[in-house]
Amino acid sequence: MSDHNKDIDQPTGVETTGHEWDGIKELNNPLPRWWLYIWYATIAFSLVYMVIMPAIPALPGLGTNTRGIGGHSDRVNVANEVEALRSARAEEGSMLVNASLSEIQTDRSLQQFAMAAGESAFGDNCATCHGAGGRGAKGYPTLADDVWLWSGTLDGIEQTIRHGIRHEEDPETRFSAMPAFGRDGLLTTSQIDDVVSHVLLISGHDEVDEDAAARGADIFAAQCATCHGDEGKGDRSVGAPNLTDQNWQFGSEYRDIYNTVYNARNAHMPAWGERLDDATIKSLAVYVHSLGGGE
Amino acid sequence: MSTATLKRGGMDNSTASVAGLLGVFAILSIYIAANAMDRLMGVHATIFLFALAAWLVGIGLWAGKLEGRDPFDETKYEDTLVKFGVFASMFWGIAGLLVGIVIALQLTWPNLFYFEQWGFTNFGRLRPLHTSAVIFAFGGNVLLATSFHVVQRTTRARLFGGMWPWFVFWGYQLFIVLAATGYLMGVTQSKEYAEPEWYADLWLTIVWVTYLIIFLGTLWKRKEPHIYVANWFYLSFIVTIAMLHIVNNLSLPVSLASSKSYQLFSGVQDALTQWWYGHNAVGFFLTTGFLAIMYYYIPKRVNRPVYSYRLSIVHFWSLIFIYIWAGPHHLHYTALPQWAQTLGMTFSIMLWMPSWGGMINGVMTLSGAWDKLRTDPVVRMMVVSLAFYGMSTFEGPLMSVRAVNSLSHYTEWGIGHVHSGALGWVGFISFGALYCLTQWLWKRKSLYSIALVEWHFWLATIGIVFYIVSMWFAGIMEGLMWRAYNEFGFLEYAFVETVEAKHISYIIRMVGGLLYFSGALIMAYNLVRTAMGHERINQPADAPAVSNPPAAASLQPAE
Repeated sequence: MSDHNKDIDQPTGVETTGHEWDGIKELNNPLPRWWLYIWYATIAFSLVYMVIMPAIPALPGLGTNTRGIGGHSDRVNVANEVEALRSARAEEGSMLVNASLSEIQTDRSLQQFAMAAGESAFGDNCATCHGAGGRGAKGYPTLADDVWLWSGTLDGIEQTIRHGIRHEEDPETRFSAMPAFGRDGLLTTSQIDDVVSHVLLISGHDEVDEDAAARGADIFAAQCATCHGDEGKGDRSVGAPNLTDQNWQFGSEYRDIYNTVYNARNAHMPAWGERLDDATIKSLAVYVHSLGGGE
Repeated sequence: MSTATLKRGGMDNSTASVAGLLGVFAILSIYIAANAMDRLMGVHATIFLFALAAWLVGIGLWAGKLEGRDPFDETKYEDTLVKFGVFASMFWGIAGLLVGIVIALQLTWPNLFYFEQWGFTNFGRLRPLHTSAVIFAFGGNVLLATSFHVVQRTTRARLFGGMWPWFVFWGYQLFIVLAATGYLMGVTQSKEYAEPEWYADLWLTIVWVTYLIIFLGTLWKRKEPHIYVANWFYLSFIVTIAMLHIVNNLSLPVSLASSKSYQLFSGVQDALTQWWYGHNAVGFFLTTGFLAIMYYYIPKRVNRPVYSYRLSIVHFWSLIFIYIWAGPHHLHYTALPQWAQTLGMTFSIMLWMPSWGGMINGVMTLSGAWDKLRTDPVVRMMVVSLAFYGMSTFEGPLMSVRAVNSLSHYTEWGIGHVHSGALGWVGFISFGALYCLTQWLWKRKSLYSIALVEWHFWLATIGIVFYIVSMWFAGIMEGLMWRAYNEFGFLEYAFVETVEAKHISYIIRMVGGLLYFSGALIMAYNLVRTAMGHERINQPADAPAVSNPPAAASLQPAE
């Protein structure tokens, strides 16, 4: 721009570029020095970093990318870390596999290791249904109390985890099937009404239709007592829950129980033996056993 | 349609060709609707058909009322279209923020806001609805409206193409409707920020290339010797988005009548293409596009020259050159080869100062007019937007450093980061431009209420602070919990425990979103009243009037 048409901005005293668009002009200020030097510094840092780390790809057919003078490789690092963890756990891991569950319980250091492994595995695999710490959810039994459907012993818990419940692909799975009394027409709806009243009565509900409950007692003796027992105390050998303990996996309201009798629940749990290794399953058994109700 | 009327209009070729294109697509959509392979395609083809039919009827009614008037008078600016854009921006902005609040509630109380019988309200459907509504519907309409406004004023030329700019506007709205209804029905190609399926992508490609031609054509017939900096930024945005959109959406439809398609790329190639696209959508949609807004509306509103021409050149070219390489930083510690991760990280670090160049140029433009920060809340909003821009363009390079990324990636920190950019930078600069545009286009002495702008400013600012601080807290906490090991080398926390730990942060985030949303509602009310010509009686005495109004609707004579 020539001197004779210099345009100076009054408030700042800085020359403009002489251009104008819709009243907007531009000052001819230089680049801020601090801005420029920080930018140079980031470029210098980046160049150094690219020399140290793998950075520049080769053209197709001309070998591989630059490896960097730092010899850094994510893939090698990950492999090393996994290997380091595996070897650090090798001793306890093999001891876990070889020891019986009761031996694990009595060996303090082994038990601590199993508890840590079990807690971690529980969080990743079991907590989705059974809740953090085994606190349970509707449809999924609480593991932190002493109420057990099948077994609360160490070996029993291990058997449940390894083979699952009603997991038909596993021949050793825990299995039983409650009939769907309503859906399959084994009982009429008024009969189900009666038997639910009876169950409500023996589980300690206050407001129960006593006549219906009395009629229901006969049906209960004929249809339910085989598995749940004459007094409704349940039978763990077939996973039949105790109906008198006010502990309800599927809800304690009239409609919940009615639904159970009408449709049956027959809940399912996968056989974890197909997915987890031996040491992890044993650790899980020790962990679940310790949650509050181990026998 | 009355062709006689069109002939008298003088620019009838553009209207006739738009109508012809719409007619071709209407026939195509009848064919697809009749042969649809799936229900979703049937619904979409029908929506498309009805929209085009209504559009054609609209053009016919409009043309019939022309009565010899030239609708595309070369001596006048096309401002009506910009006015439509202002209201479309407001509408989609409010819709997008509302969906954002709904999904924030779903994350906070997943059981309360889960509606089993309404699958379309699931988080997975609403989340892309939120992101697309705020980025592409709100942001896109702001960019369309402001670019059409700015390019005319700074070239002293009417928009090129007669009816075609209107085709871009309505075509873009139709794309938004296709995308949004698709998300709710479950049409998706499962690419983040590029969820719409092939047919919506193709329609957008036609619309977008038309947009590019209009912009270039307007620049071509400019009556100024030089091209203003805002137009460089707009052009880089339009060109790059066209390239990104086309490459990332390359796919093969199952059939012309199917809503499903298969991607051209797979595995890590697909991931890298996706994040080349995703990162540069941030770079060229949400950064250069909105920097263009900044470069016109800030100097115009404060009536001061741009701080440094040289800085604008250097930071423009360095920004667009460096930004395009930074995408791999979204794939640190993945199957992506490490050399690509290194380049992604270093280019992000080198991007820091080029990004800040725009902030410096914007803020320093206030030199000699700093008092306007106190007297004009619209100016304050735009300057605070630059502060958030500066913060998030520092935070971005920081998070791209691999060691930082190993903590921050996949956590709420990322959510906080994008929202400081989205709510603070993109939102505030857009609101500033909408306040300016409404006051200027409807030729009002002042906005309806300056006090309401103050309310908007403070509610939204506090909302952003709630949002980003709670997400920093949640993100760093969950990142640390994920990497916590116990003494035996097992993970300390189950995933669900890290989710539970964020509950309070989620509540605070939701409150922040509500504050921001209420601010936007206040703005909408204020803008509608302004457009209607109302002014509150008790305006403060120093309420900012238009000190330097942009050129009036008639073109300035060439110098």
